[in-house]
Amino acid sequence: MGRGAALFRTSIGLKITMAVSGIVFVGFVIGHMFGNLKVYQGAEVFNHYAEGLREFGDPFFQYGQTLWIARAVLIVALAAHVWSALKLTRQSRAARDERYRKLEALEFSRASRSMRWGGVALLAFVVYHLLHLTFGAVHPDFIAGDAYHNLVTGFQSVPVSAVYAVAMLALGLHLYHGVWSAFQTLGISGPRVNRMRRPLALGIALVVAGGNLSFPVAVLTGIVA
Amino acid sequence: MNLTLHVWRQASPDDRGRFVTYEALDVEAHMSFLEMLDVVNEGLEERGEEPIAFDHDCREGICGTCGMVVNGRPHGPWKRTTVCQLHMREYRDGDDIWIEPWRAAGFPVIRDLVVDRTSLDRIVAAGGFISARTGSAPDANAIPVPKAHAERAMDAASCIGCGACVAACPNASAMLFTSAKVAHLNLLPQGRPEKAMRVIDMVLQMEAENFGSCTNHGACETACPKDISVDFIALLNRDYLSAAVGRSG
Ligand code: HEM
Ligand code: SF4
Ligand code: FES
Repeated sequence: MGRGAALFRTSIGLKITMAVSGIVFVGFVIGHMFGNLKVYQGAEVFNHYAEGLREFGDPFFQYGQTLWIARAVLIVALAAHVWSALKLTRQSRAARDERYRKLEALEFSRASRSMRWGGVALLAFVVYHLLHLTFGAVHPDFIAGDAYHNLVTGFQSVPVSAVYAVAMLALGLHLYHGVWSAFQTLGISGPRVNRMRRPLALGIALVVAGGNLSFPVAVLTGIVA
Repeated sequence: MNLTLHVWRQASPDDRGRFVTYEALDVEAHMSFLEMLDVVNEGLEERGEEPIAFDHDCREGICGTCGMVVNGRPHGPWKRTTVCQLHMREYRDGDDIWIEPWRAAGFPVIRDLVVDRTSLDRIVAAGGFISARTGSAPDANAIPVPKAHAERAMDAASCIGCGACVAACPNASAMLFTSAKVAHLNLLPQGRPEKAMRVIDMVLQMEAENFGSCTNHGACETACPKDISVDFIALLNRDYLSAAVGRSG
């Protein structure tokens, strides 16, 4: 292994891996939320969009190819992100071998404390979400190819909507700390950048979590039916 | 005023340790926290008991020797203040005070509140130096330093190496300390030649000392008696990234 590769095995190297893979997800969740907004334009537009994802890049790419490339990138990023998180968490646990009787919470924001349990919750949610709306394995009334129907009937269940709500809370906290933190980890810092880091993180967290949260709410209140 | 202290007592590195409760009687508001402990220790010695061991030297907030966690806060409740500069007017008659050592695998307890911080010395030794021409003193201002860089380097150099950042960090990470020690040389032209080597070597030493990984909580900055900013951690990450991918400078 070259020197550079070895240097990515230090905690700083692993954090850089987390930040880069995290940014891939940030791009994904923004795009995903934005795409989902088409649900407000009705079944035809939404299903056309869902189908369009598979035809993306045509004729250069064939049916479904871009979607699978995107999925491959996300899977690699997820594996890198989770693997780094595990290694870093283990390192930090070992570093505080004796616990304090009491240690005041002195961190800048409580969101930073949610990264580990929130990350685990997100991982569980990603699996559930795929089984629910992508593959339909845990969906009681799944119709392949009718994304609009699957979304609406899915969210008509209150417990299912509650799961999505909790996951979006975890995602919002993860984004609020993660986006700010990624700048720090990648060394993108300076008087001017630092002024926009908090607002940017808050904005992304609110837009993504809030936007996604609006879908179950809209279904349960009958706005989307 | 009379206070109840719950102090961590640990006879040796191998001892399991426990909290022991002491009454601190007739404490004066003008005493420093360490003077209060001195008085408690005099009482213990008179009764033939072992005094509470704690580190201290200058008692002026400049040497970085003192340090203990007071009611869950490294160096106690006063911002930008070492525990030797904490004064008893902070407390009221009847208060309970819990006193613990820094807790980190990188800082093993030697005795009571005294921990071994030579891990920090080894991080400095790994790269905290510059190559300088020996012989006659160079002319003043022979190497121009932009004022902004000089000031930032001074800010970083004000780290006294107390270890409160590690103590406060939920991960027991030493990133704030290491970033300050790297930055105060990397920001100056005199530190240039070793810039890439310095950041790599000091980070590798930090990793070898069993500290945790930084998750950018910011607790270190809040606890730091010298107000070292986490901006230096971002700078450390940037210098590390460029050194790791082989660009120096
Ligand atoms: C949609 C999914 C996700 C997004 C958008 C995301 C995004 C991010 C970002 C941007 C960071 C900041 C990197 C840095 O600190 O520099 C981060 C950190 C982190 N992520 Fe994720 N992540 C996601 C999923 C997960 C999952 C599934 C886990 C599961 C273990 C996880 C665990 C963590 C942990 C432990 C950190 C480090 C926390 C810290 O810096 O304090 N994340 N994430
Ligand atoms: S950065 Fe602050 S808290 Fe950490 S060792 Fe230096 S002076 Fe102490
Ligand atoms: S004893 Fe020197 S800083 Fe407290």
